[in-house]
Amino acid sequence: MNLLTDIFLAKAAFIGVVFAITLGIAAYSTYFERKIAAFMQDRIGPDRAGPFGILQPLADAVKMFMKEDFIPANSNKWLFIAGPCLSMLTALMTSAVVPFGDTVTVGGVTFDLQGIDVNIGILWVFGIVSLGVYGILIGGWASNNKYSLLGAIRAASQNISYELAMGLAIIAILLFTGSLSTKAIVEGQQNGHWNIFYQPLGFLIFIICAFAECNRTPFDLPECETELIGGYHTEYSSMKLGFYLFAEYINMFISGAVMATLYFGGYDYPGVDFVTAQFGSTVAGFVGMGALIGKALIFVFIFMWVRWTLPRFRYDQLMGLGWSGLIPLSMYNVVVTAFGILIGKPFTVGIAGFALLLVGLVVYDQLFVKKKIA
Amino acid sequence: MQLSNRKKVMEQGEMTLVERMYLPAIVGGMATTLKHFFSKPVTIRYPEQQRYLGPIFRGHHILKKDSEGAERCTACGLCAVACPAEAISMVAEERKPGEEKLYREEKYAKVYEINMLRCIFCGLCEEACPKEAIFLRHDQMVPVFSSRDEVIYGKDKLVEQMDQRYLRDGWK
Repeated sequence: MNLLTDIFLAKAAFIGVVFAITLGIAAYSTYFERKIAAFMQDRIGPDRAGPFGILQPLADAVKMFMKEDFIPANSNKWLFIAGPCLSMLTALMTSAVVPFGDTVTVGGVTFDLQGIDVNIGILWVFGIVSLGVYGILIGGWASNNKYSLLGAIRAASQNISYELAMGLAIIAILLFTGSLSTKAIVEGQQNGHWNIFYQPLGFLIFIICAFAECNRTPFDLPECETELIGGYHTEYSSMKLGFYLFAEYINMFISGAVMATLYFGGYDYPGVDFVTAQFGSTVAGFVGMGALIGKALIFVFIFMWVRWTLPRFRYDQLMGLGWSGLIPLSMYNVVVTAFGILIGKPFTVGIAGFALLLVGLVVYDQLFVKKKIA
Repeated sequence: MQLSNRKKVMEQGEMTLVERMYLPAIVGGMATTLKHFFSKPVTIRYPEQQRYLGPIFRGHHILKKDSEGAERCTACGLCAVACPAEAISMVAEERKPGEEKLYREEKYAKVYEINMLRCIFCGLCEEACPKEAIFLRHDQMVPVFSSRDEVIYGKDKLVEQMDQRYLRDGWK
């Protein structure tokens, strides 16, 4: 019984499980996306493959693999193949630092339900998410197609624009926690002290940026059909296209998990002490993992819900919202949070700051915005 | 010139602060979609479920028989004249002695054909018929065909079967 080997094996098993869960959820997100779209439009949705159509993702995968794998003659072949691979790789790497649960003991081995607890956890997420745009950019450029290139350029500029506001929103979280480690961030929120209560404005900014980072409606301009045919994946077919679409769903799930980690207490859930006392900390840890995945799935639902509610932004509106809307707002949020921590009353100052913002907006509106002539 | 007084001049001024923040409108929109999420789907799973199309739906043609089982059609040709698509053709024949059980009138249609590619299911044949012989049934449609040999329907497909008589709602 070598402790090192045991922990290595346990971690490897855990990573495999997370991998499988992520891929399974991503596969079934395609099914639920279609189901949710159907329900919101008073339809039924896919119901032919198996009971309630639950075998639809399987049928889709078979279809994707069977289709002709076409590579355009004038494309850069290696980069064309590298694009979807890179998208998939970066989408899957993000989950390494998400703390899925507390410490558990299985078969005499005690380990954390987390891939790696690095002390720069949240920076890792940012780094990988920023790399994610390379998959789109390389794929779009290598297609040698103007629509693909335009889609790729849009994706790149959009991601850069919204990463700024996202980073600033996270700085407010870091001021609370004092650590970049995702584990420490979650541990700071245990027993219901979730960051959402202290950072509602920060969460709003973060979720808007998460939409933009995942290229989801209303920010799905890189694949805007009306203007760009298919955007960066115009030239893609078969499973390479499937990888791009799959990566989007993985990103949705992972960003849901990250949002749950940062703002909704991670694996915290009401009654954690009761479960620990009754069934021991291992069961509590696994229930926590379920809680985190449940929270992430709620965010996935919100992603889909918004997609079937809102129309797409115009490109200048997108840039306007990012640069002149969210970035000043998140800077204000950082200042208010810092002030609240300085005087030791983060909750009160947060509310006061929000009220001040609203008052300021109303005053600005009354003074400077031209009123409609009745 | 104003034909009606329904014209309404819309004025689009500057948006108010709440309108420019968009978030209330987004929340309202999401409430609408959530309401529809829980409402009942309107889909009818067609081949398995079929909607009742009403008692006067114009579907498959049928040549009615009377209560004794004799064909009502007397091959007067009024349906063929009335048909705007010229889909109906027939060959008349005189009734022989001993055939009274088969044909009600003294003249009957030996051949009665409807070209289903031409038929537009307008129902004018039904209205023209003086003997109440041809009807477009409300409960059955002409099936999809894949070959041109199948499109001309003769008496074998049109004449009513006595063991499964056609009754329209309201006749009962």
